[in-house]
This record gives sequence, structure tokens and C-alpha cells, in this order.
Amino acid sequence: MMASSYNAKDEDGNITVSGPGGGALRSKKPENTAFKQQRLPAWQPILTAGTVLPAFFGIGLFFIPIGIGLYVTSNNIKELEIDYTGSDMSSPCFNCSQSFSWNSTKPCTCTIPFHLDQPYDSNVFMYYGLSNFYQNHRRYVKSRDDSQLNGDSGSLMKPSKECEPYAYFEKKPIAPCGAIANSMFNDTLELFYNNPNGTKVKIPLTSTGIAWWTDKHVKFRNPGGSNPNFTAVFQGTAKPVNWRRPVYELDSDPENNGFINEDFIVWMRTAALPTFRKLYRIIQKKDDLLPTLPRGSYTLEVVYNYPVRSFEGRKRMILSTISWMGGKNPFLGIAYITVGSVCFFLGVILLIIHHKYGNRSNSADISS
Amino acid sequence: RLEMFRKRPPPEEERRVRANDREYNEKFQYASNCIVTSKYNIITFLPVNLFEQFQEVANTYFLFLLILQLIPQISSLSWFTTIVPLALVLSITAVKDATDDYFRHKSDNQVNNRQSQVLIRGSLQNEKWMNVRVGDIIKLENNQFVAADVLLLFSSEPHGLCYIETAELDGETNMKVRQSVSVTSEPGDPNNLASFDGEVVCEPPNNKLDRFCGTLYWRDKKYTLTNQNMLLRGCVLRNTEACYGLVIFAGPDTKLMQNSGRTKFKRTSIDRLMNTLVLWIFGFLVCMGVILAVGNAVWEREVGSLFQSYLPWDPPVDNFLFSAFLSFWSYVIILNTVVPISLYVSVEVIRLGHSYFINWDQQMFCSQCNTAAAARTTTLNEELGQVEYIFSDKTGTLTQNIMSFNKCSINGQTYGKCTHLTHSHTKSCTYLFKVGDSHTHEFFRLLSLCHTVMSEEKSEGELVYKAQSPDEGALVAAARNFGFMFCSRTPGTITIREMGQPVTYTLLAILDFNNIRKRMSVIVRNPEGRIRLYCKGADTVLLERLHPCNQELMNITSDHLNEYAADGLRTLALAYRDLTEDEWEAWAESHRCAGKATSCREDRLAATYDQIEQDMMLLGATAIEDKLQEGVPETIAILSLANIKIWVLTGDKQETAVNIGYSCKMLTDDMTEVFIISGHTVQSVRQELRSALSFELNGGVKQLQCSPPPPSNLTDNISGEFALVINGHSLAHALEADMETEFVSTACACKAVICCRVTPLQKAQVVELIKKHKKAVTLAIGDGANDVGMIKSAHIGVGISGQEGIQAALASDYSFSQFRFLQRLLLVHGRWSYLRMCRFLCYFFYKNFAFTMVHFWFGFFCGFSAQTVYDQYFITLYNIVYTSLPVLAMGIFDQDVPDHRSLEYPKLYEPGQLNLLFNKREFFICIAQGIYTSVVLFFVPYTVLSDATQSTGVPLADHQTFAMTTATALVIVVSVQIALGTGFWTVINHVCVWGSLGSYFTIMFALHSQTLFRIFPSQFHFVGSAQSTLLQPVVWLTIALATAICIVPVLAVRFLKLALRPRLSDTVRKYTKTHVSEGRLGTRGGSRRSGYAFAHQEGFGELITSGKNMRLSSLALATFASRHSSSWIDTLRRKKHTHTHTPPSTSEEPLFGLTKGQMMMMYI
Repeated sequence: MMASSYNAKDEDGNITVSGPGGGALRSKKPENTAFKQQRLPAWQPILTAGTVLPAFFGIGLFFIPIGIGLYVTSNNIKELEIDYTGSDMSSPCFNCSQSFSWNSTKPCTCTIPFHLDQPYDSNVFMYYGLSNFYQNHRRYVKSRDDSQLNGDSGSLMKPSKECEPYAYFEKKPIAPCGAIANSMFNDTLELFYNNPNGTKVKIPLTSTGIAWWTDKHVKFRNPGGSNPNFTAVFQGTAKPVNWRRPVYELDSDPENNGFINEDFIVWMRTAALPTFRKLYRIIQKKDDLLPTLPRGSYTLEVVYNYPVRSFEGRKRMILSTISWMGGKNPFLGIAYITVGSVCFFLGVILLIIHHKYGNRSNSADISS
Repeated sequence: RLEMFRKRPPPEEERRVRANDREYNEKFQYASNCIVTSKYNIITFLPVNLFEQFQEVANTYFLFLLILQLIPQISSLSWFTTIVPLALVLSITAVKDATDDYFRHKSDNQVNNRQSQVLIRGSLQNEKWMNVRVGDIIKLENNQFVAADVLLLFSSEPHGLCYIETAELDGETNMKVRQSVSVTSEPGDPNNLASFDGEVVCEPPNNKLDRFCGTLYWRDKKYTLTNQNMLLRGCVLRNTEACYGLVIFAGPDTKLMQNSGRTKFKRTSIDRLMNTLVLWIFGFLVCMGVILAVGNAVWEREVGSLFQSYLPWDPPVDNFLFSAFLSFWSYVIILNTVVPISLYVSVEVIRLGHSYFINWDQQMFCSQCNTAAAARTTTLNEELGQVEYIFSDKTGTLTQNIMSFNKCSINGQTYGKCTHLTHSHTKSCTYLFKVGDSHTHEFFRLLSLCHTVMSEEKSEGELVYKAQSPDEGALVAAARNFGFMFCSRTPGTITIREMGQPVTYTLLAILDFNNIRKRMSVIVRNPEGRIRLYCKGADTVLLERLHPCNQELMNITSDHLNEYAADGLRTLALAYRDLTEDEWEAWAESHRCAGKATSCREDRLAATYDQIEQDMMLLGATAIEDKLQEGVPETIAILSLANIKIWVLTGDKQETAVNIGYSCKMLTDDMTEVFIISGHTVQSVRQELRSALSFELNGGVKQLQCSPPPPSNLTDNISGEFALVINGHSLAHALEADMETEFVSTACACKAVICCRVTPLQKAQVVELIKKHKKAVTLAIGDGANDVGMIKSAHIGVGISGQEGIQAALASDYSFSQFRFLQRLLLVHGRWSYLRMCRFLCYFFYKNFAFTMVHFWFGFFCGFSAQTVYDQYFITLYNIVYTSLPVLAMGIFDQDVPDHRSLEYPKLYEPGQLNLLFNKREFFICIAQGIYTSVVLFFVPYTVLSDATQSTGVPLADHQTFAMTTATALVIVVSVQIALGTGFWTVINHVCVWGSLGSYFTIMFALHSQTLFRIFPSQFHFVGSAQSTLLQPVVWLTIALATAICIVPVLAVRFLKLALRPRLSDTVRKYTKTHVSEGRLGTRGGSRRSGYAFAHQEGFGELITSGKNMRLSSLALATFASRHSSSWIDTLRRKKHTHTHTPPSTSEEPLFGLTKGQMMMMYI
């Protein structure tokens, strides 16, 4: 046996290995940790028929009952909508809508009769709805000063420039400033029940509890803290251009006046879409035995202040009862039923496809 | 840096240098010897770096957005949504650039501050390298690096000879001889050089390493200068005590620097695709902007103008067209999140993570050299998963550059069955030979006599052999181990120790090796007076020249040779011939005549050699193993199974390269044909290429007439496996513009391509050629300075580190110490990186389109006013916080199949090469999915919420509730989507996904809390929204509905894909537990190949016999060859002792001897 290995490196290898100090050379071998070696324990899910198909059937079986429940609930909710814009000649509010001017001091009133086919149980919520009103326009949305609305006295006298061109009126700061506040909805709606005996009964409307709790108690604050003398507090400010009264005369109740007036707060919570409704009043249930609004005929009296004709807007009054899931919302139930059924059928189709073609993929493919 | 502002001199047409005359030379403003590879200094860093960064389209784009956002009429988003990420990106990149440049400064400084001795006004002065000027005369000492390209003027060695090693320059491992111009070396005293005032006129700086032409004018005489007179920067002086040279080219003008190509910023193809896509998205953005602006114009005209009593136009806006113009820019700002700047940051972070995984990989750690793999460039990882061509250096990369004498056949008896023997074992093997067997003795006597190796005694009892080729060294060393030790030589004698007895042979003639003869012989007279010719050479030539009586032995030996060749060994046949005194005299006479002939001297000499190398007696054969690196054949096999084409580019000669090709299984006998292109003229190369191509196209049927090459797309349907071997000089023609397409189409149809005798520049050119013509990802791997060019020009450069040279590793993007780690780098790390990056990009574009396009749909309902759907904080944080970590975790940790599966099924690598996982089609699918999601996310809340109320009767259709609902649904949908996309759920993934969802809710509640609002009432408009929205069942029902509608189709499509058209990775993943891997790498034998690579060039034969390299006076000493202490170098040194300069310390020798194993060292 013979072999000669010519290897210069082996013979001199120790030169490169030993360090200058003669100290032991630290091995540069990477640590053998699961993390560094990419061997962390891991769950490796695979989409198989065993997991995907049950998921489809599961979604189907879960969504369909919910959908049915939602649909039934929604159908039990009673809702009435009255358009009182007055753009038609026949409409009671036609005259009011035509003869509008911001400066007129004489209010224009119109009366709309309507009939409830079913009694409305529990609390009834009264909304006003506007259409084609772009509360979500960027320039509109930003045209407010939250500091001012939060009672900051500095901002009261010096509104943010975001409020332009509704920041100052005749050199006086506008309170509340901005386009949103300026365009506040100011129709007055009143409901009367036409008793079968011929008398008109005014239905009591609650105007508090219609705003978000945080808006009422955190976001909106009157300047001057608890000072009840609003006239003094708002001294030196101007009312918004379109308003007839200054902000401190919105209501007589000091807890619902000034910036914390709930009608104002509701309006300041801008809508996401150009067609929207806002809560106006609540008709509290008084008696457990009687419906809040019994069947019969009613009259809606509108003090027509708010012009929408110029931009082809519509105004509505809506009466609605409410359930755990809010107001009438048939779409949600239908959508749930549809999605559930689609999932179920998809599951069936995939099952068939899987049985027919799915067995092709076997280990034989690997070697190819 | 000042040079930048100075007027650049016109390109040089010729260079004039006058020795010792700095004033004269300064006129020409030649470059100084200072090398600057760094890009910045402290002052220029900030402006230059920022300027460079803003050349990136993306960065400029974000800067532009930032400026837009500062215009109040346009600003639809607060400025901080853009500036925070932009500043982050810029500073991260700047820090990285600064670190890189710092290291460049450091290495520049180190090189520039090396000391060199300059002859100034008659005395030697130490100067830093950077202060050496053109025209200076510098002194170089043994084992020093040459500081600049110098003209050799004077050498301490006889005849003005000087030895250099050029490994740094061209990777060739043999020593080269340079000779000074005769006139300047004559004075004999270097001090005379101080008054030397010759003037050199030569060519301008260029990158041709093997060419120099110039003229020296001195004392009214002209002397022609050639490359033989030049010492180039990067060479190391060897075996020469000292020499003096005139600096001709300095610094950037040196051939070394001219050869090291520009540092190019490498980009991955995904990067390029990403940039294209970003441009497309930008186009898309502009389209969306235009659509919405037109919408805005229409709306402002039809509706907005009427709505003015409630919402007047902003002061500068006075008509709908101007409003539309502003709205366009507003929408550009809002929709810019389709390409968030965090994309670039995330991509960098993921790549960094992958780089660390490469650095941390234990399986790419070499314990012998204590070197771990290093990802030196962190931006190329995913490209590792797309490599189609590998260009590999041979020496040091595929092979260890260690020759081991492995087997031999003596007189029909083969020895050496075991292939892996350690050095210590070899000595004991001696006794396995029949002691006293004359054939064995003769065999080893031949090995110890017939060579051109020089011996040098180091310290007591140590002999160092210096051979031109490692093969020769291995043979002489083997003979020594078996008792026939070559001790020393003089021009006329060779002294060996035969079994301990010193014997001196008279050397009558050396019949030197050359490429045509493929053999070498010596004629010696032994002490008894018998004359014998010993010959060793390639079996093909040698076996023809045997005496007829050798027939039987020849057959046996031939069989052995076949065996050896099958093992991939380099074989050599040995023979001898006894000569009578008369025969010798007669031949010597004819030899003398031939030597004196003025015309056709070479041919005549060859003829005389041929005449005597006849009727020889066969002794046997040797087999030398050019040791491959560990695991090379397996790696190459796996890589070719992964459809990667491997080209070997080597400076070695053809035979060596082909041999290695066989031994590492690149070339196999199953191949239909191995084409060898070695034409010297354009015509012949073209001819060869065409015939090879037509042969390929005709399925192996040779066609003689050469038709013009068919279009290259035909080359796909080639049957049979082909290989191409091309020589450097042919390659030079093949790389010319008119032939390169032919070359590419021929070469790419071959399974393996070997280019031999190529220069460093050619290596780079070949890589560039493939890059240009094939649009494929290329990877170059090498270990030497000669591979730097190719490493730099390939898409990915890999350097073999841990060996002696570090130039390649420094220039590389990845470095590790073993070729076999390449398979893991590509098939495991590269594949994963590619997969992860693709999944990341798909998801990233998806999530941003889903996020952003909601604004587009909302535009139709908000009067195209660029109102955002979401809270501005949500917009700022969506990409940074809520959705960044899960996708980063997936991008860093995801695995589809475990690492060992990738190696078992190399086919898994193919999707990367075909670019299947992320391309324009996949991108559009992602975008479409994102848009679909955005439609669902907008219209489901829209329809549900528009009439819905809270259970307190308060409507849900206010903007803030809508924003919260959509945002929550969006975060949930993209989280579910990333959950579906993640295939490898580690703890980190769980933490990231659940943590992101958790952080969303936590941050939302925090941002909408009363506490924050009380502090900054004008900043947090959304106070209370989270609470009041997320407590509503309707909101949750909406979110669930939207999620279901978004996810169900995706789930169905994925399932169908898996069931009907599973990818290989899916199948492997599915069956990963049950399937057992089988060994797929068989070993098989090879054909007989007998090209013995003797040397890189002609041997020292002539030098030895002429005695040129030995001092006359030392000859006498050396004749007493029994004293093994007197090697010629030593003798030389002793003579030189009278000189003022002490010889360099010999202890340095072994260090330099390590380089490329080219110097043979043997300690006795």
C-alpha cells in the first residue's frame, strides 16, 4: 500500500490557527439554537379537504340561523318615513320650501298628516333625515374647532383657521365656528296624535339622551366651566351666520344649552354618507299597557327653517322602534342568509370536486 | 475628491516617463499611487449620500408627496404620515452606507500606507505607497508586494532575472521569470541607478495583463521593452533578494486596478420588478387621481356649486376646474399608501433577517478553517433562489489545489488501493514494495531525476522543493517518501539520495516539456558511467514510442491507466532508454546543431528530441489526484438536478480542466459529445462553433457543411447531452460582438461548459455575456484575486473564504469556505428567501390595495373631496404597527418544506428560476384581490350601516363609526389573510399576528380615550368612537360578514388549486412525514483520460542547463552535491553576504509558501 500526499497546507496549518497571543482561538461556530438554525417548532397547517370543507359547512350552518334571526328581528321593527321637503306642488310644505330666506323672521309652518297602521310599542325614536347633503365632504368635515367646542376660552375668541370662512363675522369670532356648525339643521318638528274624538294631543318629545355619552360629557364643553351666565361667557363672539339665535339660546335648560346642546352635538357628529338620518327626539314609553304610539292618525308640524331646495336635498322625518340590534335593517339578515347558503353550496361543490379529481395528487408526483 | 473639479486631462495616447526626474514627469499629471475605493469623506457624506438616495425614484416620490402635504388646500393627510417613515428609511440607508465606506477607507489606508523604498537623490528613503510617483525608482525585496507597475531595471540575481508570483493578479500559481533590460542590469551596482536618466515611452494604461510594449531611450540608444521586463502591482517577489524598478503606472493606472472592474451596485431581479411595479402603481395612482379629479369637477359643477350656501369653496378656488386640479393632488396623497415607503424598509429588514440566517447556519460552517458562511451583501438573498447559471473557478474552488500521488503501476503491478491516506502513513508504505526490485528502484529513480524542480534548504535538514506545477512537486515528493530523495542540482549534475546513499548523476540534457510534446526527458550519466534517458509524459504520446518488446506490459499498464483515469486521476507514463556512448555522442552533436540553428530552432530541437525518445522501455505509470474539495461531485449533481447550469472558468490548461470536469462529474461518458473549441483564428473558431451547434441540433449527427446558425430559440429542443470546452484564445474571438450570439447559443445548449486558459477579464466578460443574452440570474464563485472581476459582474458573487486569499471573499456577496455549501446556500437559503420574499410582496401589495382603495370608493360618496375613510392615526399606524409584524414574521420565518426536503428534491428550486412565485401576473392577482377586499370593506358597511342605529337609537352612519367599522374589518381581514398565507407558525408568528390584532384594539382604545382628548382636544377627534362602536352587535355582525365575504372565495380558490393542480412543494409538504428519501447519487466510472497536466508553461529546463540562474562561482560549490546543505539559493545567499543588505529572514518563507500551494515544500 502506498500513497503520498503532497499537502503544503497541512504542514503549515498550525500557523494560521494559532493566534498571536497564543491564546485559545474562539470557535466561530454559530450557536446551535432552534432559532438560529431555523428549526423553531412550528405548526404547519395544510389546507386539506379535512379542514377546508368542514369550515365551509361550518360557516354555512353558522351564518344561516343568524341571518334568519336578524331578518325576523328586523321585520318586527316598525318604521315610518315621511318626506316633507315640499318640492311637489301637492306637498303641504311646498310654499314654505319656495319662499325661503335665511333672514326672514317669520317662521313658516306646514302640517303633514299621516297614519300609523300599527301601534308602536316601547320607545319610539324620531329622526330627521337629509339626502344629498355632503356632511362627509373633506372641507366640511375639517371645518370645526374641537378646542373651541371643548370650552377652551382661547379658541373661543380665536377660532382655528380650519373654520374659515366661518371663523369671524365682522371681526368677531364666531362661536361655534366652522361650516358644520353654521349649517346646523334647525327645523322644528312636532307630533300630534289626532284622537278619534277630534282633539289633537301633542306628543311629548324628549330632546336629551340623543347624543353619544362621550360627546355630551367629554368632547363638548361650554366655555367658562360651570358658569351659568352664558351671555357673559360668550361675550364678544358672534353667532354663526346662518343661525337665528346665538348658541347660548338654543335651549332654556342650562344642561342642554350652549355647546352641550344635544341637537347641536348630534349635528356636529358628521355623517359618513350624503344620505343620512340623525336622531331628533325620543318618545318615551309611559305606560306598560298602552302602546307608545297607538294606531291612528297623526299630524307632523314642521317649522320650516332649513332650506334644501338649492342643492336638491330632501328632508324626512322617521319614526322607528328599536330592537337589540338597533333599527330596521333587512339587508344584514338577507346578507347573512345569502353568504351562509353560498358557503354551504361551495362546500358541496368542493366536496364533489375533491372526490372526483382530488385523489390525483399522490406521492407519485414527487418523484417526477 | 478634488480631482473631480479639476479639468480632466485628455485620454493618454502614450506615456512618457523619465527616471529620477519628478519635475519632468509632473507635467503629465499621471495618477499617483494612492488608491481610493471609498466614496465619501466626512464633509461630502451627507450631501453625496442624500443625493444618491434621492436618485432612487421611490425616495424622490415620497419627498414630493411630503411637499404636497405641506400645501393646506391639498393636504388631505397630516404631514407626519409621510415624514416619519421617510426619515426612517433615509437614515437607515445612510448608516449602512457609512459603515460600508468606513471599511473601504480602512482598507485603502492600509494599502496606501504600506512602506516602500524609493531611490531619491541617490539614497534609499522609506516612503508610503501612496507617495510613490511615476518615474521613481523603487527597491523591492524578497516576498514583498510590488507597489506599482514597474519596469525592472536591476536584479540581485544573475542575468537580471527575477521571479514573481502572479496569483493575486491572474490566479496562476506558477512562478514567472522576469528579466531586466540588459543595459540597466549591467552596471552591477544598484547605486548607479541614482544617475539613471533613461526615458520610457510606452502605451497608455490598459488592462491587458500579458502585454506591454514600450521603448527605453537611454544614452541615445533605443531598447525595446516587453511584458518580460515588467513587474506588475499585486505580484509578489520570490526567490529574489532585491530588485530595482522604474515606476511606469501607479495607483489607478496599474494593470491590477484597471482589471478590477467598477464596483457596481447589485440589484436583484425582484428589486427591478418591484421598481417597475412601483412605477405601474404610480401610473395607476395617477389614473385613479384623474378619475377622481374628473369626478370632482363634475360634482363641484353639478352639486358643489349648489351646495355653496353650506360649504363655500376655499378662497383660492373659484371654479370647479381648479378644485378638480387640487383634488387630484389630494387624492395622490391619500392613495399613496398603495406604495408605502415601509415596503422598502420591510424588504430590507427581511433580507437582513435572511442574511443572519445564512451567517448562523451551522451546516455552512467549516470547522477545519473555523469559518462560518457570511452574507456580506444583505440585499441579494432572494436572488439566490433564482440562479440559473453558476460560473465557477477551478483551483481552490472545485479543487483543493493539493496534488496527491495516489496510485502507481510498476512493471505491471498496481499499487495504492486506498485513496485517502494521511501524510504520516505514507512513509510506512515503502516497505510494501519488493525491496531491491530493480523496476521499483528505477521507477522512483526516474521520478527523482526527471523533473525541473529546484530544491532549497531551509534550516537544518529541511528541504523545500520549488516546482512549476504542483504535479511535479507531488511526484518528486513521492519519490522522496519512497527512498529516492532529490537533494540538489547544478547545471550539470543532479544529486539524489538512493535509500540513504548520496548519488550524483551527471545531467547531460534536459529535453523539456511543452504542450505539443507532452513529455519531458532527461539524459543522465550515472556514477558507473552508463547513460540513460528517462522520460515521463502523457500516455498517448509515450506508449507509441516504446520498444516493441513492451507490448505485453503496455497492455497491462494501459488497463491500469484506464482504471486510474476512471477515478479521475491525472496519469503519466514513465519509460527509460539505455543509450550507448556512441548514440549519445551522435545525438548530442545533432542537438548542438539544432540548438545553434537560427531558423526554425524550435522545430529542429523538437525533431532531435523526437529522434532520441524512441524504443523506450516502459517502467510504469503514476496517478495523481487533484484533490477535489469535499462534496464537489455531489453538489454539482444536485445543482444540475435543480436545473442550474454550471460553467467552469479556469486559468488552467485544457487537459487539467477537462480532467477536473470528469472527476467532479460535470462531464460524463454518457454525454453525446464533448466539443472542444481551440481555434486560433476568428474563422476557425466560428467554424467550430457552427459545426458544434449544427451537431447539437441534428441530435448528434455530424454535419460537415456549416449552415448559418439557426435562431437561438430552436436550441430548446435539443436532444442529448453536450459539453463544451473552449480555450482562452478561442474565447477571445468568441466574445467578439459578431460571434457572441453564436457562442451563447452553442454554449447554452450544452449541459456543461468549461473555459480554460481564460484571463480574469475574460471570466467577467463571459459572465456579462450570459447576463446580456440570457436574462438569467448568474452566480460566480471563486477564491482568488483573478475571480474578482467575475464575482463583481455576476448577479451574485460568492467567495471561498478561509483559504489564503481574501480578495475574492472581500469582493463577494456571500462567502463560505467549502464549495459544497453552495447547494445549501442556493437550494435552502436561496429558495426560502425567494419564497418568503414573494409571499411577502404578494401580501404587502394586497394589504395596501385593500387599505387604500376604500378611499377610492368613498370618493364617489363624499363629493370626490379626498376625505379619508379612516382616522389619520390609523392611516399612519396601519403600515407601521397594525400589519407590519405579521408579514415581517412571515417574510423572515416562513418555510414551505423543511430544509432537507429542498436538498432531496432539487426540482423544488425551479419555481424560482422560472420566476413563478412573484411576477406581473401574480402581482395583478394580488392587486385584484386587494381591490375586491376594498370593495367588500367599503360596500358592506355602507349598506349595513347607512340605516342602522345603535341599540340606543343613535344612528351608526356617522363618519367615525363608519371609519372604525371599516378599519376594524380591514385589520381583521388582513390578519386572517396573513394567517392563511403563513405556512410555518412559530411562536414568533403567533405573537406577531395576535399581538398585532391586540395592539390594534389597544391603540384604538387609547387614541380614542378621554385622557388623551383632554390633553390635546384638537388632535384626537375620535374620542369615544372605539367604545361606542365596538360595543354594538351590528358592527361586529358587519365585520364578520365582510370578513366572510373576503375570505371564503380565497379559501375556495386555494383549496381548488391544492386539490387540482398542486405544486411540487405542496405535495412534498403533504407527504413530508410518510415519504422516505432515497439516495439519488450513484457513482460511476469514467473514460480513460490521459492528459497529464505537466505545467502551466515551459519548464525551467533551459534555465537549469544554461546555468543562467546560478552564479558561476557557486557552481563549483554545488558540484559537491553530496552536501545536501548547499542548495543553489543558499549558495547564492552566502555569496551575497558581502552586500550591505541582509537577506530577508527565511522564517517568512513558509507563510508565503502557502499561497495556492504552488511552492513545493518538503521538510526532511
